[in-house]
Amino acid sequence: MTPPVITVTHGVVGYDGRAVLRDVSLSVTAGEVVAVLGANGSGKSTLIRAVLGLVPLAAGSVELFGTPLRRFRQWRRIGYVPQRLGAGSGVPATVREVVASGRLARRGVLRPPGRADREAVEEALRAVGLADRAGDPVATLSGGQQQRTLIARALAGRPELLVLDEPTAGVDAASQEAFAGALSDFVAGGGTVLLVAHELGPLRPLISRAVVVHQGGIAHDGAVPEPAGHHAEPDHDHVHPHGPDEPAGLWSS
Amino acid sequence: MELFQYPYMQHALIAALVIGLAAPALGIYLVQRRLALIGDGIGHVALTGVGAGLLFQRSPVIAAVIAATLGAVAVELVRARGRTSGDLALALLFYGGIAGGVMLVGLSDATSASLNAYLFGSLITISPQDLVTIVVLGVAILVMMLALRPALFAVCHDEEYARVAGLPVRALNMLLAVAVAVTVTIAMQAVGVLLISALMVVPVATAQQVTRGFRSTMTAAMALGLFAAGAGVWVAATADTAPGASVVLLAIASFLVIAVGSALWRVLRRRATPAAAPSPEPHEVVLR
Repeated sequence: MTPPVITVTHGVVGYDGRAVLRDVSLSVTAGEVVAVLGANGSGKSTLIRAVLGLVPLAAGSVELFGTPLRRFRQWRRIGYVPQRLGAGSGVPATVREVVASGRLARRGVLRPPGRADREAVEEALRAVGLADRAGDPVATLSGGQQQRTLIARALAGRPELLVLDEPTAGVDAASQEAFAGALSDFVAGGGTVLLVAHELGPLRPLISRAVVVHQGGIAHDGAVPEPAGHHAEPDHDHVHPHGPDEPAGLWSS
Repeated sequence: MELFQYPYMQHALIAALVIGLAAPALGIYLVQRRLALIGDGIGHVALTGVGAGLLFQRSPVIAAVIAATLGAVAVELVRARGRTSGDLALALLFYGGIAGGVMLVGLSDATSASLNAYLFGSLITISPQDLVTIVVLGVAILVMMLALRPALFAVCHDEEYARVAGLPVRALNMLLAVAVAVTVTIAMQAVGVLLISALMVVPVATAQQVTRGFRSTMTAAMALGLFAAGAGVWVAATADTAPGASVVLLAIASFLVIAVGSALWRVLRRRATPAAAPSPEPHEVVLR
């Protein structure tokens, strides 16, 4: 039997002595599309950042593809889509250059890009509908197009697991549709998805399981809950700030 | 041009050209991280090394390499732990480094003229042995910055993504820190510790006004750095000016020329096509 793609066992995460996640256990098996839902500050983003090793666990353990996170090295199997492009870089970069970073996990640091790398980048750009913008600087793109660039970057590495942090927050309808299309192609190819969302929108039919995080614990694990109350209203404002950031450092962008 | 018949002028020119290529190739990663001034901080620390070298009658260049490397590694460690904010760490470097340098040079027998040579560059101080060091280390930096471009780009563009991609982020950060220290030190005699950071940053700032991608910015910045360094040494030799100041003023002059030129070009282009095509998608919040 193949091990689960993600296993979190009694995970605890704290920032500055304050527990953000308390005793969370979660298992995701191959082919599942799991949405992590929850209010602002519920700990849902922290959960996926802990899964990826971006925030340390105070207690408990995380396994990826059956390997403890500490010893996990097969990062090529994972595609990560952050909520947005980093604080911003001072030098222009084209969409194609950003997407090409997605090949590094597969290629390694020293080997120069080959034909397979270029083909994978072009394919990922087509999958998100940005092939015609490949040569444009990312900073000139709309928020939704920038989000699609980040998804293309993750897809270019041809991962088995996609981890997405609020991929549809503040994204225009056209980009949401393009994004849902790219994601359903990925799922049809046997991929596993773990995504954090505030609302599901056009992604809803793709989701096989929902996990609701509330006050640092898992409040629901199973069928996708129906939108209720003001969340169901079409004009509900979904723009909101994110969880606590890591302290800014001298060398970080 | 007959000045360049003298070997010391040839040495100065070759050294300046190597530095003119290597400094922007490294500097583009610093600008990308919004750390444009780190080279200046490390330069100040290198000055303490120069002072120690002069005081103990050892090679000031080697002492500067050691001091600058220690400083750069210390900054990287402080940053990785996130204990001190970036500008406070820089302030400690700037003032600690320059104070240490001035004090140690004062204690030694060296004259203020030799201190000036390290602060602002001097064409006549580059010996054949220095030239070999400058060329070997400069070419090594250049090759690393070009060969590791995809990985360094990924780390500087989005460090968290680079970690999840399994890149050796800590090693690459350390490599950049050490590369800054080495570049500052080899450029010290030609350009001076107080001005080397300009050669890392100004050509990049100039290039990115007209480029669209990272690779094209890097190529253009290296070409601009080569031009500023070569022309600057020529001006310094013919007009008997400080080489560092000449190189940096030429780099800033190219920045102004290209800034004005590209602004004019945009205005002209807008006039030529009065009814610009509407953008196909409404631009909502543009995240930078």
